[in-house]
Amino acid sequence: MTRTVLKDFLLGMLLLAGFCAAASPSDQKTRSIQIKGSDTMVNLGQAWAEAFNKIHPDVNIAITGGGSGTGIAALISGTCDIAESSRAVEEKEIKQAEARGVKFNIEIVALDGIAVVVNPGNPIKNLTMDQLREIFLGNIKNWKTLGGPDMPIVLLSREVNSGTHIFFKEHVLRRGKKKGTEEFAPAALMMPSSYSIAEETANNENTIGYYGMGYISPRQKVIAVAKNAKSPFIEPTLEAVRSNAYPISRPLYLYTNGTPKDVIREFIDFVYSKEGQDIVKKTDFVPIK
Amino acid sequence: MAKLRKLKEFLIEKLIFASGIASVVFVALIFIFLLREGISVFKDTSLGSFIGGRFWYPISDPPKLGILPLILGSLLVTAGAVVIAVPLGISAAFYIADVAPAKLRNILKSCVEILSAVPSVVLGFLGITILVPFLKHFLKLPTGLTALAGSIMLAFMALPTIISISEDAINAVPREYKEGALALGATHWQTLHRVIIHGAMPGIFAASMLGIGRVFGETMAVMMVTGNAAVIPTSLLQPVRTLTATIAAEMGEAAKGSPHYFALFAIGIVLFVISFAINLTADLFLNKGRKR
Repeated sequence: MTRTVLKDFLLGMLLLAGFCAAASPSDQKTRSIQIKGSDTMVNLGQAWAEAFNKIHPDVNIAITGGGSGTGIAALISGTCDIAESSRAVEEKEIKQAEARGVKFNIEIVALDGIAVVVNPGNPIKNLTMDQLREIFLGNIKNWKTLGGPDMPIVLLSREVNSGTHIFFKEHVLRRGKKKGTEEFAPAALMMPSSYSIAEETANNENTIGYYGMGYISPRQKVIAVAKNAKSPFIEPTLEAVRSNAYPISRPLYLYTNGTPKDVIREFIDFVYSKEGQDIVKKTDFVPIK
Repeated sequence: MAKLRKLKEFLIEKLIFASGIASVVFVALIFIFLLREGISVFKDTSLGSFIGGRFWYPISDPPKLGILPLILGSLLVTAGAVVIAVPLGISAAFYIADVAPAKLRNILKSCVEILSAVPSVVLGFLGITILVPFLKHFLKLPTGLTALAGSIMLAFMALPTIISISEDAINAVPREYKEGALALGATHWQTLHRVIIHGAMPGIFAASMLGIGRVFGETMAVMMVTGNAAVIPTSLLQPVRTLTATIAAEMGEAAKGSPHYFALFAIGIVLFVISFAINLTADLFLNKGRKR
């Protein structure tokens, strides 16, 4: 009896070891790509992967989100091949990468406008960058101040692991100064995903939130934003982002370790191709060309 | 042959001993690991400003690592859940154990088991689509993402624990107590709330504490419905951020070796210590109940 138990146990361990070996990443023969990073770019990455797979059915592409920082951290630790990021790498990350012998190769593959959205029942249509700043700093607390109805403003923000959160903070709250000290009002709700911001905005007339242009839907109302009190109010459209007329826009990056080779090179070439850039447009981001 | 059997006996004994001691070793290792990683946060911030700090801006430069709003958020959500789940759970336990007819009792018991099997992310999903909009409109709040929504979700999660352990405690009360009370002319209700409840009290208390432990450590559903704003809460109708949700939401991003990373481990220590205290209290009462 005991002997069979022992045998089973050994067999189990062997099998387990086998699975572990099979699951180890970047097996050259199977041609797989691990992509990780920005939640904003997950859908875009997925669409690229599907189209790429039609041309190269032998390549296995796995895409996961988790935030730009997660992707960059994974690239540094060697657990992914390509990091999707909606922000530039930071000094700290470059240092960590150097310590582990990783050299960032930067590819700007698309542009993104961050849309500021309110509930469709809210009469407010236009806001200036300064007004946005005051709202998200928590200094303007009621829609009445902005000429709207007498309702409290409920702030919706992404969590700190989101590239969108960091970009909005640096670009709107800190007016582009990375080292500023302004922070989101403590009362701002930290939502775990862009989807939850969209949901809460659609259901609650008090809210104001922000998300990547890809999430724009008729269930939320997009606010037209002006750089300052004198400039025109501009909606986040393809043309407005590409011409840099819309004030809250940013590049989207793919990072690799060193110059991309083999299948990773093929994938990035595909991303830059006409087909790849058409997909960018289809997923509601802005193509670079 | 006898020698072989002895060897076998010896091996099995040691193997079982190792399995038995394993959980102790694991707990110790987990705590040591947490302590080792978490203690480094105090190079950047003092214990007082960590526990008592009012602002949580972990990725700013310099970071503000005050977890007071998070501790209070966790305590508030837990307290709310306790107020809802404990009376409901104990009443349900009494009904199932002592009042319900046998057929209904079996149905109820399986329903309680099913309730405990619902994954918390599913409850959170129901919360965000049904409970949150309902609370907002019903209570006319600026937003339905509040501590109250978290408390209600968590109460559902604590109920199965509270009901099944309380029910065991009630069943463990010697039959003679009940028979004696009834023989003395007490009504069923008098027997219940004057006699049986006293016999079952330590077990019921332990059930409640275990329920609280479950609630305190819960993450997913809470993160989805409480709004996660790191403010010091003044009422249940306000968004809060809990300790668990903070770790879950931020661990993916925190750069290894940064103050933020260490702070999240230090939050882990705080959680561990509080959960440990809750479970210890529950254990003490369970043992007290057994001795009687």
